Amino acid sequence: MNLFVIFFATLFTHNIALTYFLGMCPFISISRSIKTAWGMGLAVIFVMTITAAVNWPIYYKILVPLKVEFLYYVLFIITIAALVQFVEMVTERFLPVLQVTLGVFLPLITVNCAILGLSLFMILRKYSYVQSIVYAFGSGVGWTIAIIAISGLRSKLIFADVPQALKGPGITMIIASIMALAFMGFTGMGGIQ
Amino acid sequence: MVLVVPILVMTSISAVLAGLLALADKYIASYGECNILINKDKQLTIEGGNTLLSYLIDERIFIPSACGGKGTCGYCKLKVLEGGGPLLPTEVPYLSRQDILHSVRLACQVKVKNNLELAIPEDLLAAQQFKTVVERIEDLTHDIKMFVFKLVEPTEINFKPGQYVQFCIPDTNEFRAYSVASPADRKESIELLVRLVPGGLCSTYMHEALEEGEQAYLTGPYGEFFLHEESQKDIVCVGGGCGMAPIKSIIDYLFKKGSQKNITYFFGARQKRDLFYLEELDRFEKEHQNFKFIPALSEPLPEDNWTGEVGLITQVMQKHLKHSKNQEAYLCGPAPMIDAAIGVLTSKGVNVNEIYYDKF
Repeated sequence: MNLFVIFFATLFTHNIALTYFLGMCPFISISRSIKTAWGMGLAVIFVMTITAAVNWPIYYKILVPLKVEFLYYVLFIITIAALVQFVEMVTERFLPVLQVTLGVFLPLITVNCAILGLSLFMILRKYSYVQSIVYAFGSGVGWTIAIIAISGLRSKLIFADVPQALKGPGITMIIASIMALAFMGFTGMGGIQ
Repeated sequence: MVLVVPILVMTSISAVLAGLLALADKYIASYGECNILINKDKQLTIEGGNTLLSYLIDERIFIPSACGGKGTCGYCKLKVLEGGGPLLPTEVPYLSRQDILHSVRLACQVKVKNNLELAIPEDLLAAQQFKTVVERIEDLTHDIKMFVFKLVEPTEINFKPGQYVQFCIPDTNEFRAYSVASPADRKESIELLVRLVPGGLCSTYMHEALEEGEQAYLTGPYGEFFLHEESQKDIVCVGGGCGMAPIKSIIDYLFKKGSQKNITYFFGARQKRDLFYLEELDRFEKEHQNFKFIPALSEPLPEDNWTGEVGLITQVMQKHLKHSKNQEAYLCGPAPMIDAAIGVLTSKGVNVNEIYYDKF
């Protein structure tokens, strides 16, 4: 499959946040300001790409030859958790500048369903190694686009007269669903299944 | 064989990852010996890698902190003059522009990776941890209890009337702050008033589980809200609910010193069942010509048979206070009440700088 098609699809037609509704917790809770949304987005792109790069060989080079594919749910969770920890230590030690922008978000991602979902999709869709990495990177970028868009909308919400009962997460969920409807307009423009 | 392979695969991959993390923890996350210089005077040498707050607690320097180092309370502020690294996004919501300008940081968010220089106010350095035993628990209203803690180690506390201590919730790193209600000359025990907050971790524990004779740990004293003794001005006190605690300590202290200042105490409550210490305050009023206690109910029930003042405490203040520059005010209570009271006081000529308050 064409790498460009995969990349485009992950951004728009198959956006991991707005089509699959994965990674909703940070999507709602960290989207109050564009600046922090940006930091969170960067962290997601980063972690998605490296976990895909590590999980792919674990599945195809270890689990498949040994015929224990069913372990992939558990193993992916373990590798994601360990990798995030490791990456956090490395950035903290060697890249203090990066630590300030995305370091504090890394622990939040350890248990993010979007990261696990992505590793599972990449296996389900039988991507090659390069395709998987493009898919992971694209999904991260797609998630970032979604969270930055919603934080931009939320920053304008201060001026809106929102009913008391819908303030905070309530109205954010409604905005997210309207955004998802808008993204449905991309359907048919490019396809992965 | 069917079972052995998956188990082997699981354990070996987990072991490799765990080993990787252990190595990383040893070689990457270790920062060697670091020196922390406090107020250009005291020096600590520690093994770097943890948060500043944890090292300070290890060294028995009790910076106020309620959330247990999660970065959600914003109390553990101190000045990091050198070596703190850039400000983190987790700290920004708790720091004002002034704070940022004066390199104030949250101790629970700053990781010690190199030598640090700190400035900690002297009175925070004086804060101690007290091992205590619960001596007495008493119901004051339907949702407020009084706790008396007898000090065991150290045996005495020195505090200024109006200051607060922190109660350490057992088996957690969390603390909650309560103003001291006992007079400052009673050094061997600490009296706290605790209102049951629905769903509140600490108040629920204290109300439901803590019993007389049990051990408890308190740290303190803390707080910029205290009686300014040098002033000669008349005093207006305003309190609501547990805001009684520091005000009672202040008034007690003034009477014991034989103060001749005029003291007026406005106490706001909703219904009669929210009032307490009435007899004690009545007694004060009889014994001291210069003291006036004005309780007010905002929503008295018919069965309360209330003959006193009715209305919000600010309306009652408006009615009773005279316009005078020669008065200062001590306020303790919920933020909206304090903000409204400050408005009334300034309109009555009180200098804004002489209104001292503690919001909770």
